[in-house]
Amino acid sequence: MKQLYLALLLLPAIGGLHAEASDKVSAQQFVDLQQGKTAFAGFRRAHAKGLCVSGEFRSNGNLQSYSKASLFQPGTTPLVGRLSIAGNNPAAPDLKAPVRSLALSFSLSRTEQWRLAMNTPPVMAVADPHSFYQQIQAIQAGPDAIKQFFAQHPESSEFLTWAGQYQPTGSFAAETYNSINAFYLVNAKGEPQAVRWAMQPTVSVAPGNLQGDNALQQEIATRIAADQVVFDWVFTLADATDDETNSTKAWPASRQQITAGQIVLTGSTAQLDGDCHAINFDPLVLPTGITATADPILRARSAAYAESYRRRAKEQRQGALQESSNE
Amino acid sequence: MNKPTQFSLSMRVLHWGMAALVMSMLAAGLLMIRSLDPWQLTIMTLHKAFGIIAVVLVTVRLLNRMRHKLPAVPNDLSALQKKAATASHWLLYGLLFAMPISGYLMQYFAARPIEVFGWFRLPAALQVDIYNYAVFRELHGWLAIALTGVIALHVSAALHHHFIRKDNVLKSML
Ligand code: HEM
Ligand code: HEM
Ligand code: HEM
Repeated sequence: MKQLYLALLLLPAIGGLHAEASDKVSAQQFVDLQQGKTAFAGFRRAHAKGLCVSGEFRSNGNLQSYSKASLFQPGTTPLVGRLSIAGNNPAAPDLKAPVRSLALSFSLSRTEQWRLAMNTPPVMAVADPHSFYQQIQAIQAGPDAIKQFFAQHPESSEFLTWAGQYQPTGSFAAETYNSINAFYLVNAKGEPQAVRWAMQPTVSVAPGNLQGDNALQQEIATRIAADQVVFDWVFTLADATDDETNSTKAWPASRQQITAGQIVLTGSTAQLDGDCHAINFDPLVLPTGITATADPILRARSAAYAESYRRRAKEQRQGALQESSNE
Repeated sequence: MNKPTQFSLSMRVLHWGMAALVMSMLAAGLLMIRSLDPWQLTIMTLHKAFGIIAVVLVTVRLLNRMRHKLPAVPNDLSALQKKAATASHWLLYGLLFAMPISGYLMQYFAARPIEVFGWFRLPAALQVDIYNYAVFRELHGWLAIALTGVIALHVSAALHHHFIRKDNVLKSML
């Protein structure tokens, strides 16, 4: 009996020591790097500038046999979303940002929630969080450093090809937003199917004559006020030869695609006045019927989002946003 | 006065089982909030599920405690020491409830349902309340520090009894 007690007690200590002995980047270091020298208190440490949108998902039922998640049954599910640009500055000029984003939250029931955070590139430049950290360091260090970084990371070739031909459009409504990371849909029989998805625009808008720091925000607010903004939610199904754990590689264009329905945006609000600011769009908040792959980038996101969320929630509670929201 | 010299077997098993569980929970908590490794999600999911087990176990443990006679405290302890020992035990019990409850409420206000070993899910708010999330997130962190401190004192006291005072206290729990 005594030996059993002792063994039980030593277990956590051994586990702890084992994991402690690593020189890897921590979630705290990652978020420190993202927020920069002086953080914008109360705001997200990444994708700080954005606006809240609301609307619904209109499901056509095409994914029902692939996933148990209730929102894939035919019908509509309300959503809260957020359109944003990459970067840590909540007042950054919209048109300078290299990446545009869409995040969605489906509050399906008290026991089922789904959060999604998607970006314009279809792939990552690197396959793990530690290289991603170095990539951000290189971006902050300037053009020479980033050139050197990409030279040392041949896995970034697909990303660079995309970046070379990508033309920013004149509207948040005209961009394609990609899951980048893969997930499994799980059906009632428990069969998993690896998928990626994209929100595909239904309008095209030329860059045209946008002006000012808030050009994209003003454009989308005006557009939604006039008419609903619609995206097709298109899933790509991996086959057995595809690697669902490497987000630097797209799957062949010949893979089966299924449109699950449409995302329809019908309202928008400044982020500090809307429901979206309080939400942590952690993509690992998943409903029954969807699970995470072992993609190291995907798996790194939860802890980093939680650290950013913890910091900004504490600051917000201490009153950090009061001035900004009275502007 | 016929007090036993030992805690009952059920109390001993619950004591050591929970001691291992709680120390694993503390280690898991501290590691998982730092790690960007692929196992983070797995440990986080287990942390929440075992945290729910912990709150059930501590309830069972207190109910079980009422059914049993407890061993006598050594007579050579001063009244103050006896009070300190009792107080530290109730502090431990209090923290054993406060830890999982604050963890659950943090997730509740962040609108994140808790998955318990794929058996069932515990409900969360439908809408996020970031102010209350902040309260319980920070509380969970502070309580963890307090619990670590009280456990350190508790273990030192047990070893002190055994090796310095050479009394029956540690043996009563073995
Ligand atoms: C290791 C990889 C990544 C790290 C460490 C990371 C980190 C972060 C952090 C800290 C936030 C702020 C969270 C908050 O305070 O609410 C954030 C937001 C966001 N991230 Fe990531 N991210 C990663 C990968 C990705 C990828 C692959 C995508 C796109 C598919 C993405 C899309 C987004 C979006 C859209 C937001 C803003 C969500 C919102 O509107 O609240 N991130 N990220
Ligand atoms: C005996 C019970 C528990 C113990 C000893 C414990 C311990 C810990 C510790 C030490 C941390 C790290 C905190 C920090 O350093 O700030 C932590 C974090 C956390 N705990 Fe627990 N916990 C317990 C129960 C629970 C329960 C029941 C839940 C939820 C159902 C939970 C959810 C969490 C979450 C989500 C985090 C991470 C928060 C973040 O990443 O921001 N814990 N826990
Ligand atoms: C190596 C570690 C540990 C040792 C050597 C130890 C030893 C002991 C001993 C000897 C007692 C009986 C004290 C007395 O009768 O006055 C006791 C009681 C107790 N211990 Fe521990 N303990 C350890 C870890 C823990 C941990 C981690 C917890 C918290 C989860 C804990 C919670 C308690 C509680 C609540 C009591 C009071 C029992 C009661 O009267 O109902 N112990 N421990």
